Amino acid sequence: MTQETKFEDDHYAIEALNLRVYYGEFLAIRDVNLNIERHKITAIIGPSGCGKTTMLRSFNRMNELIPTARTEGQVLFEDVNIYDPDIDPVRVRRRIGMVFQKPNPFPKNIYENVAWGARINGYKGDMDQLVVESLQRAALWDEVKDKLRQSGLSLSGGQQQRLCIARTIAVEPDIILMDEPASALDPIATLKIEELMRQLARDYTIVVVTHNMQQAARVSDYTAFFMMGEEREGYLVEYGPTKGIFTNPKDQRTEDYITGRFG
Amino acid sequence: MTLGQGITHQVSNEEQRSSDFVPNLDRRHRTGRTWLILFQASTIVGIIALTALLVTIANGAFGYVAVENRVDPASLAVDGVPLRDLPKEELVRILQENVSNGLFRRLEHDQPFSERSRENVYELIMERVVEPRIVQQWTLLESIFQRTEIEAEAAQEYPNAELRFESWLDRRFIASPQSGDPVRAGARTAILGSLWTIAVAIAFAFPIGVGAAIYLEEYAGENLINRVIQVNINNLAGVPSIIYGILGLAILVRALEQLTSGAVFGYTDPTTANGRTVLSAGLTLGLLILPLIIINSQEAIKAVSNSLRQASFGLGATKWQTVWYHVLPSALPGILTGTILAISRAIGETAPLVVVGASTFITVDPSGPFAKFTTLPIQIYQWTARPQDVFRNIAAAAIIVLLVLLLSLNATAVVLRNRFSRGLG
Repeated sequence: MTQETKFEDDHYAIEALNLRVYYGEFLAIRDVNLNIERHKITAIIGPSGCGKTTMLRSFNRMNELIPTARTEGQVLFEDVNIYDPDIDPVRVRRRIGMVFQKPNPFPKNIYENVAWGARINGYKGDMDQLVVESLQRAALWDEVKDKLRQSGLSLSGGQQQRLCIARTIAVEPDIILMDEPASALDPIATLKIEELMRQLARDYTIVVVTHNMQQAARVSDYTAFFMMGEEREGYLVEYGPTKGIFTNPKDQRTEDYITGRFG
Repeated sequence: MTLGQGITHQVSNEEQRSSDFVPNLDRRHRTGRTWLILFQASTIVGIIALTALLVTIANGAFGYVAVENRVDPASLAVDGVPLRDLPKEELVRILQENVSNGLFRRLEHDQPFSERSRENVYELIMERVVEPRIVQQWTLLESIFQRTEIEAEAAQEYPNAELRFESWLDRRFIASPQSGDPVRAGARTAILGSLWTIAVAIAFAFPIGVGAAIYLEEYAGENLINRVIQVNINNLAGVPSIIYGILGLAILVRALEQLTSGAVFGYTDPTTANGRTVLSAGLTLGLLILPLIIINSQEAIKAVSNSLRQASFGLGATKWQTVWYHVLPSALPGILTGTILAISRAIGETAPLVVVGASTFITVDPSGPFAKFTTLPIQIYQWTARPQDVFRNIAAAAIIVLLVLLLSLNATAVVLRNRFSRGLG
């Protein structure tokens, strides 16, 4: 590999090459090629059932938790195909964290929620400091600093989601995958999460699935638009800078979708 | 259509509507009441049955008895001091005067009188000299409602007898070992035997049951073999307990005799229990409750939210870390509930232990897993089968002990369960 191409590759955080995901016989996404830019927010949008979440979860091999799931093609992370048979999915998930649609803190206290992931990953530094820093970076510290020993489930939905983000940051991943992180939250909590995502983008690469096109337009740098084919299989229609996708889409289907003609 | 016709049409519609709704409502209320009464009746039948059970037990466990002494204790009093308050030396003298020389020497040989306590000598006098004998006993209901008749009958039929209210369930009953004399017999051997066998059963079935449940829920794939295993476990939970007894007899008592008698560990029981030991009984009960624990633990593990597992995996946790730190703690209250049910089942089991070879008459406490044993249900069964009426009274007392033991074990498990579920909050 030459110096130039390596440099060229280098500004992608993660790349999908001819990615196909099957659930049993059902093809969920077909031949996706997608390069995620480093330290940017990439939004994945599209109608329901078009494979957005499947796409997101194939970036850290979470699809494998579904027994019938099968993946073809490659996902390159630091020049390594994470689907190589000798790659440990546990290590992949430590580098590529995930925040889920429904806030799912552990039924433990707030401190433990943040510390647990770091501890099982063998974090050797000052745990108190890591917890404080992670909560600060997740913009939750001021609200919980007096009740670190209370259950994580005692927080409001928006706070719980930021706790989940803090927990993910504490493991110090390179990429954070977010699956509709604000869809279960009210508008004010949603706004907070979006602000937080902008702050986090300075240090992390973020890939976010969202149903909400306004959210994608507000928060993301790049947008990937997915659609469903005739066999209900998802595929990538258009991908590019968010501004371009929303103001001047190249594909007619993208334009129809973002102007609300269907979906 | 004219206006008039329109109105007529509307009115008939209203009539039809009322005739549609009103009778329906009445009928539905009637049906509702019928069902209500039916359900209430079944509840009441249940309560009556339970009350009848409790009354029957209490009826046997308490009541008046007429006691006849061979020698009146009052006649043994010295200088007006009653027998109960005499010093030890006086008691030894009284004993020596009233029993044969041979017996006195044998007692001295068993344990010198100088070493015996005052209470022990007093007991010996009661046993060997006074020899109280229950000539008739009355039930609790009779004792409450027909007191005068009882007193009259006792005075007439047993003029020498003392009439007193006896509570068969007392501290002496719980603390004394089994005995051929119903007045002296206690439940200690059986209580300890029950506790030992339950402890062995839980120690065996809990880890294996929970382990199997974790495997089936978290690791086993969806294939034919695992489905067959699952169906078999579900069916095993319904197998009659006597079958487990036969299994225990064939495998544990006979085939594995070297193990269950403790021979492989170099333990030889002086009383030769062979394979019919606490260990065999506990393992048999363990096999019996294993399917119950597996099924209940599986349900508890199934109920743990999948989002919790995903959160854990998403942080880079391994399968084992996910199961150990998140799935098991969340499932533990449910698993403990299943264990409570299993203990309740095991503690009342009689049939398999009869087959495995519970001793029907032992007076020594079980000393360990390789000891002979008896359990409370066995003891109750045994006592009710005796010809003497008095054994029925101590059987009733033993039933109360069994119920209390069961309830306190359950209460412990409930407390544990609540502690764990609060820890998760």
